[in-house]
Amino acid sequence: MLFPPDVWEIIWLSLKVTTTAIAIGMLIGIPFGAFLGLYSFPGKRLIVVLVYTCMGLPPVLVGVIVYLLLSRYGPLGSLSLLFTPQAMVIAQVALVTPILAGLTMSAVQEKERAYRETAKSLGASPIQLIATIVREARTGIWSGAAAAYGRAISEVGAVMLVGGNIEHHTRVMTTAIILETRMGNFPAALQLGLVLLAVSFLFNSFLMVGALNQWKAKRR
Amino acid sequence: MNILELRDLVVRHEGKTILRVDSVRFEQGKIYGIIGPSGAGKSTLLRVINLLERPAQGSMHVFGTDVDLAALTHAKGLPIQRQMGFVAQKPAMFHASVFDNVAMGLRYRGEDRAAIRPRVLAALKLVDLEHAAGQRADTLSGGEAQRIALARALVYEPPLLLLDEPTASLDPHNIAIFERVIQTIHQTRRTTILIVTHNLAQARRLTHACLFIHQGRIVECGETAAVFSGAACRELQDFISGRMIC
Repeated sequence: MLFPPDVWEIIWLSLKVTTTAIAIGMLIGIPFGAFLGLYSFPGKRLIVVLVYTCMGLPPVLVGVIVYLLLSRYGPLGSLSLLFTPQAMVIAQVALVTPILAGLTMSAVQEKERAYRETAKSLGASPIQLIATIVREARTGIWSGAAAAYGRAISEVGAVMLVGGNIEHHTRVMTTAIILETRMGNFPAALQLGLVLLAVSFLFNSFLMVGALNQWKAKRR
Repeated sequence: MNILELRDLVVRHEGKTILRVDSVRFEQGKIYGIIGPSGAGKSTLLRVINLLERPAQGSMHVFGTDVDLAALTHAKGLPIQRQMGFVAQKPAMFHASVFDNVAMGLRYRGEDRAAIRPRVLAALKLVDLEHAAGQRADTLSGGEAQRIALARALVYEPPLLLLDEPTASLDPHNIAIFERVIQTIHQTRRTTILIVTHNLAQARRLTHACLFIHQGRIVECGETAAVFSGAACRELQDFISGRMIC
């Protein structure tokens, strides 16, 4: 076996937390970003500024806010989610959703100018029009997903605060690296760092292959 | 019989009136040339007819239906829009194969999958590009892309075809193909065609009637031969003779 069982457990939890957070973030961020990219409405500029601001949110700040929300006396304290993988997912969703929304918005805005009139003149209904523009923006949206995944899986501050780095429960690769480094166990820390890098590489490759296959399937 | 009539049309951009048409009619089965200097309002007229631009006021009688252009929404205008084909000067190609680009209009109309293939291939054959069906549309040359855009607009056989300077950036070979297709579909389908063009020789070759637009107004309108041989207004005489007008 390449790694001891407890390392596999850490890797598996990291993937599970990040993938869940990305999936939830995509469900919220992509439609919201597409809406911002396609429509004009009063107050849109302010919302766009807020989204861009949130794209660079300090993870520690997100961690503190989620911590306060989930702590025993916080508004969501009754859910008893603090120091659980679910709390880590919530923190990561807060971090990646603005990235997904912001990058989707940019991708859709760029394609909107070029394809709105073409699709409309070909007889697209309002819903078909939106679907066409989002489909044309898919490369940019995939890139957003890759960027968000990279940010989530390498994130340490927020998951440390709300997860607590509890062995066999909330310990993920980044928090384990911190722990191993503090203990002076640099080879183990580096080993986990390489695994982190490999996961990012594999995920990005998967996205690229997915986009390529999608395009090939479209060809006749 | 008129296929299209515009009445009391006013288009404003940032408060400035850029097109004003009291009344204009287009007969079914004819090819119309829309000529005039740059910025006169020719493309705007075509975009308003294709419901791509909403005017400040105006009504249109098209395909037997009266519509208030200023109040028409995308959803309400859809049945009308689906009876028109539109080719822009620089058409955007979808990031898909040539086949998928041409099939797009049929898919929007919910055509049966089995029926789409022969119709797309027939449209591609019409523009001499049936061999390019599997090619990526973004690898086409400018001339080929414009012919694909024409096939894309023709595949669902619209009774009204709007062409906005479609051959402005094409070489003579592609212009010849484009004009042959226009003449073919006009003869075989009796399609009414409105073509905005700066190419006066092309207007003479292709069209039955011409509209001359100047400074947002239709200044002259009539049979092509009459417009070119006996232009009544000074601006049109200057335009035809190649003298600058403003």
